[in-house]
Amino acid sequence: MTVEDIIKPENLVYEKSKLLTSKPFHYCPGCGHGTIHRIIAEVIEELGIDEKTIGVSPVGCSVMAYDYFDVDFIEAAHGRATACATGIKRVWPDKVVFSYQGDGDLAAIGTCETIHTCNRGENITMIFVNNGIYGMTGGQMAPTTLEGMKTATTPYGRKATLPAGAGFDGIPNNGYPLHITELIARLPGTKYVTRQAVYDPAHVRKAKAAIKKAFENQINGKSGVNFVEIVSNCNSNWKMDPVKANQWLVENMLPEYPLGDIKVDGKLVEK
Amino acid sequence: MTEEIIIAGFGGQGVLSMGKILAYSGIMEGKEVSWMPSYGPEMRGGTANVTVIVSDERVCSPILNAFDTAVILNQQSLDKFESKVKPGGYLLYDPNGITKKPTRTDIHIHTIEGAQLASDMGNSKVFNMIILGAFLKLRPIILDKNVEEGLRHSLPERAHKLIPLNMQAVQVGKDNVK
Amino acid sequence: MGELKLMKGNEALAESAIRYGCDAYFGYPITPQSEVIEYLSEQNPYERTGMVVLQAESELAAINMVYAAGAAGKRVMTSSSSPGVCLKQEGIAYIAGAEVPCVYADVVRGGPGLGTIQPSQADYFQAVKGGGNGDYKNIVLAPASVQEMADFVALGFDLAFKYRMAVCILSDGAIGQMMEKVVLPEQKPRMTEEEIKAKYPWALTGRKRGTQHRVITSLDLDSNKMEEHNRHLQAKYKMVEENEVRYEEINCEDADYVFVAYGSSARIAQKSVQLGREQGLKLGLLRPITLFPYPTKAIENLINHGVKGFLSVELSCGQMIEDVRLACNGRVKAEHFGRVGGIIHTPEEVLEAMKKQIIGE
Repeated sequence: MTVEDIIKPENLVYEKSKLLTSKPFHYCPGCGHGTIHRIIAEVIEELGIDEKTIGVSPVGCSVMAYDYFDVDFIEAAHGRATACATGIKRVWPDKVVFSYQGDGDLAAIGTCETIHTCNRGENITMIFVNNGIYGMTGGQMAPTTLEGMKTATTPYGRKATLPAGAGFDGIPNNGYPLHITELIARLPGTKYVTRQAVYDPAHVRKAKAAIKKAFENQINGKSGVNFVEIVSNCNSNWKMDPVKANQWLVENMLPEYPLGDIKVDGKLVEK
Repeated sequence: MTEEIIIAGFGGQGVLSMGKILAYSGIMEGKEVSWMPSYGPEMRGGTANVTVIVSDERVCSPILNAFDTAVILNQQSLDKFESKVKPGGYLLYDPNGITKKPTRTDIHIHTIEGAQLASDMGNSKVFNMIILGAFLKLRPIILDKNVEEGLRHSLPERAHKLIPLNMQAVQVGKDNVK
Repeated sequence: MGELKLMKGNEALAESAIRYGCDAYFGYPITPQSEVIEYLSEQNPYERTGMVVLQAESELAAINMVYAAGAAGKRVMTSSSSPGVCLKQEGIAYIAGAEVPCVYADVVRGGPGLGTIQPSQADYFQAVKGGGNGDYKNIVLAPASVQEMADFVALGFDLAFKYRMAVCILSDGAIGQMMEKVVLPEQKPRMTEEEIKAKYPWALTGRKRGTQHRVITSLDLDSNKMEEHNRHLQAKYKMVEENEVRYEEINCEDADYVFVAYGSSARIAQKSVQLGREQGLKLGLLRPITLFPYPTKAIENLINHGVKGFLSVELSCGQMIEDVRLACNGRVKAEHFGRVGGIIHTPEEVLEAMKKQIIGE
């Protein structure tokens, strides 16, 4: 088979969503953002809501998400994406509004907005990409960084308290990995809370189904945040190749952040 | 005509609402008015005062240092504002609780037993309307019918049945100022 | 003619927002402007006109709700007082960069820091010269009466949408807390979705298939494009300077000396003009209504007509005086007088300052 044969329309086996623009992603090869963008675009396309969808991009690696989605978009200040989403949804209750944030944006500088948006029960969809690190600024500690994990600002590994020796044992240091998703699941304002991953095709399909549910809930409902966390990688700042990064994710991130639904239809899932 | 008035007393005596009724009555009289309260933590239980200006012309400064009339309802306010009445101006006070009487001789000084008269009327809430009546006797800048209109505009609908009682209190104030 | 009422400045602002057909208010309580959100909440505007009123979790959240709802083509406003407006500067810079229309009121209190809850005009620099990051301007309207608190909502929204920028209503504790009579405008309908789509093609309303999607952002990593964007913003501000200067002159026709004052200071200085004229001094008052754009030409004209000196009267340690001096350009004397910390100058001391600092022996 020649290249000419492969690109014939009848040989088409896969194409990108029509709702992704042709602008090449600036994301590092192997990064999860591209896959997550793709499945969100596919969901919007499948639901036929592209003419009434408004996205909110954060500050972080996905700051320019607006360049890749062919829907209306606003770029928010660092941490304020869900305040922006609230603003739009309150004045356009019939539009479909989603925010897209990383761990630093959603769970550090934007924690206040995250908790209060969830507590008000805004009828929006929140996508939360958790890779345990600040990607855009060069690999500093995130609120979700694992204990012991080395970052630019925890070069000897994140330590919740100072280590033994020199008499400093037990003094507060970098704190603990923040389980923001479990935290907001306890709030009555959240309707659907789930944690997914995109490191292999099976999980990509599950994550897409979850995102679809998070959008459908918004379309069919009047209130309640629909929250999808996606545990992702950062091979560049984790300083690994993509395959290794995904392995490391399975071995280290998932035990700390187990996958699955946490809250469905407003009810916490029994474990 | 421009009348610059300070009304001062304790929070809870109806100082601010008396000022509001006076200002609304001024509007009904076709005047320009302003109502400027002291605001802040001292509003809670401490002293409260409000500057009301009623004028034929656009009101310049709503905040003043000298007044045509001071309506004084406690000792602290008397201490603070006696010196700020313009020469030839009026000072009206309720002697209830006043231990150091005003001493100026270049102003008109009058009293009204507001607390006592309100108690006689069987309703402590009309206290500030008795004081307003006394003020209007001394400074007849607004007609009674406009005071009634002013009440109608400044009181919520559900309190409108109390307007006759309030107007009666105004009259009591007018009859008893000394 | 609309309805005549006795209202506080803060209440008049809130009521006229409902009547203008404002779509949403996002705020956070702070003295001395909490009456705005309290009044709005009490009025049930959602039932009256469909206007959304939301108490946000912080001033930061509130201004970012304004940023996004404004980007969505709606008429949106917020209000706060000085320390709260500091927090809003982040959002205001984004609003400037992304060219989003909105109105925000700042009922100024004394600073720095937590300062005092009493009136002040010490946030002139913050409102007029910047506050957030980057080269930007907001249109700044300075109401001097309760009537103007009401009127400037409509004017503010008209200008905000005309130029796609933030309009600040720079008030203070005195104007916010005082009651005066006010003529309220008639109720206007809120704009429909069709009207918004037709009038504001830039607004985020969901893109039509086959058309370019819209992006509201203040970011561009391409330096050439960013410089071009900045040039575009400056050209817009220049247009505002050419077309939107507003001011009032009182007794300036024959004045030898002129007070320059805005907001509550202008009210006091007007009384000082009266007192001075009673003493035979030919005094006048120039009251800037827009602080950006500043009435620079009005000051130049007064000098051309023989005014020999200006006293800038502000509840600050001297901020607007810089603009007065720039306008004077060394041709005549210009000095500052002001009380701070929540103390309000009396008409008498303002007059004395004019005699001592400007008129001289």
